Amino acid sequence: MLEVRSLSIHFHRYARGLRRTVLTPVVDLDLKVSAGEVVAVVGSSGSGKSLLAHAVLGILPSNAHIEGEIWYKGQLLTPERQAAMRGRRIALIPQSVSFLDPLMRVGAQVLRAAQLSGKNRHSAAAQRAIFQRYQLPLEVERWYPFQLSGGMARRTLVSMAVVGEAELILADEPTPGLHPEVVQETLNHLRQLADEQRGVVLITHDIQAALQVADQIAVFYAGTTVEIAPVTAFSGKGEGLLHPYTQALWRSLPQNEFIPLPGMQPSPQDLPQGCLFAPRCPLATAECTAERPTMRAIAQNQVRCIHAQG
Amino acid sequence: MNILRYLIKKLLRLILLLFTISVLSFTLVSLSPIDPVQAYVGAEMMRIGPEQRQRIAERWGLNDPPVVRYMRWLSSLMRGDLGTSAIYNQPVSQVIRQRFFTSLGLMGTAWVLSGVLGFLLGVLSGARAGSWVDQIIRFYAYLLASTPAFWLALLLLIVFAVFLKWAPVCCATPPGVLPEQVTFAQRLHHLVLPALTLSIIGIANITLHTRQKLITILNSDYILFARAQGENLFGLIWHHGLRNIALPAITLQFASISELFGGSVLAEQVFAYPGLGQATVQAGLRSDVPLLLGIVLFSTLFVFTGNALADILYHLIDPRIRLGVES
Ligand code: SF4
Repeated sequence: MLEVRSLSIHFHRYARGLRRTVLTPVVDLDLKVSAGEVVAVVGSSGSGKSLLAHAVLGILPSNAHIEGEIWYKGQLLTPERQAAMRGRRIALIPQSVSFLDPLMRVGAQVLRAAQLSGKNRHSAAAQRAIFQRYQLPLEVERWYPFQLSGGMARRTLVSMAVVGEAELILADEPTPGLHPEVVQETLNHLRQLADEQRGVVLITHDIQAALQVADQIAVFYAGTTVEIAPVTAFSGKGEGLLHPYTQALWRSLPQNEFIPLPGMQPSPQDLPQGCLFAPRCPLATAECTAERPTMRAIAQNQVRCIHAQG
Repeated sequence: MNILRYLIKKLLRLILLLFTISVLSFTLVSLSPIDPVQAYVGAEMMRIGPEQRQRIAERWGLNDPPVVRYMRWLSSLMRGDLGTSAIYNQPVSQVIRQRFFTSLGLMGTAWVLSGVLGFLLGVLSGARAGSWVDQIIRFYAYLLASTPAFWLALLLLIVFAVFLKWAPVCCATPPGVLPEQVTFAQRLHHLVLPALTLSIIGIANITLHTRQKLITILNSDYILFARAQGENLFGLIWHHGLRNIALPAITLQFASISELFGGSVLAEQVFAYPGLGQATVQAGLRSDVPLLLGIVLFSTLFVFTGNALADILYHLIDPRIRLGVES
């Protein structure tokens, strides 16, 4: 359904003295999402994951430059196609209530989302129906966003994404700092959407959340996906994981060995030569820094490491 | 309950403000080197003797110490009497009323015009930030923000009244016509230039403010989400932008009443427009203490009301304040 092929995003910024700096928060990213599937993109905060969603929707800021290709249902996405699909075919579930207009009633905002999704004639009915589906009481229609509880805000944001007939849902960090029950509920909603044959991309830093609902997990490091593995590979001692970073990430979890990985992610302003993980990789060799590894299919996984073996 | 407490607080503050301002202006006028009798009598000064002069001063109570004069003025104010204007030979309240209505047309027109135009220009400029349209609007706004009102008034007067003769050179009505016979069109004709001056000056502030606010909003999370829903630039501004910039713009426009008042003093002087501003200048130049104090009190009240309205409006319109942020 969605296929992202070696997507890079650069930002040009003019620093003092007209010196131009280039930030590259997304590097050669690959991702594939099929209908009926939740793909979690997991990476630490500030690793440019949100930009992936914005790039798919075509709503990056104007100083961003994109390389690579994004395919949707066999069509190469151009800016024009993206404009036609935003809100209709591809929808975003944002992070928090701050993504709602603070001065517009909640009902009106959901209604507007319905209108934009192409349900012009039936938008009012669609809005009512979606309120019912997500158990939002009718009076919430007349509320303002600041009046919503955490759970209601979540359900409102989800309902705005699916009030139309979007087939691809991009959920950008939908569970930050929420009550465990609300987190669970939100994850269940995402699972349901996938079970209705939609494609769901769950962008998160919370690997636990990802493990609960995802079919595939794409591990994000320094702006690229280093490994895409089925959720079943994340078990035991991580024998099913093939990339050194993924293995290290798995071992660092509290319920596993809880061994943190030393070092830091490289800055998007000055990325290392060759493999982005090389400066921290215990298996790095001279070949690793020669050029950027490409994604290779090994067993059920996709791995960006020249030394990985099944 | 809350509203009541708020109003009482405002009222107390107003009374304190009026008192302070009246003491301050009284002190300033007492220190003024202009002799009110001489200013009143003018060129005839040579013809009146010292006794006559003394009599006038006595009748006006000018010989008493300032504190006594102030107390006398204050006690008659308590009875609702603002005193009599020396230069117009009318009760101060009457002068202010007449003059204020003349000024009100002028200020009101300028207020609405500058508000609407300034807002529209600000939206246009903010929506296309960085484009040539934006550059032009901003250049214009900065230019105006640094233009003195009287200078602009003179410029307009020279171009439109003296050279082009499209507008009258002075006054609110044609000279030599009885007030009852002045037509509405004539009044409007006389209003155009002074109102234009004030509007042009008033536009800059609201334009720049609206532009900045719109740019901030267009970079907000909720605009990003609206774009993700497929909203285009027009939709973004129509559905989310206007709603969010209108409130600060209205507040600013109410708060700008004081500047409008200040501007009208200068504009009325240049156009010899017989409004409150012109009366203020006259009262100051000729040391007409009761009139000056009356105008000062009145304009304080006027400006204060403007600011209070802005404040109250904010509370009534913004749902976050109106409904109270509970949790
Ligand atoms: S390519 Fe080399 S440096 Fe990169 S992850 Fe694999 S072994 Fe480590």
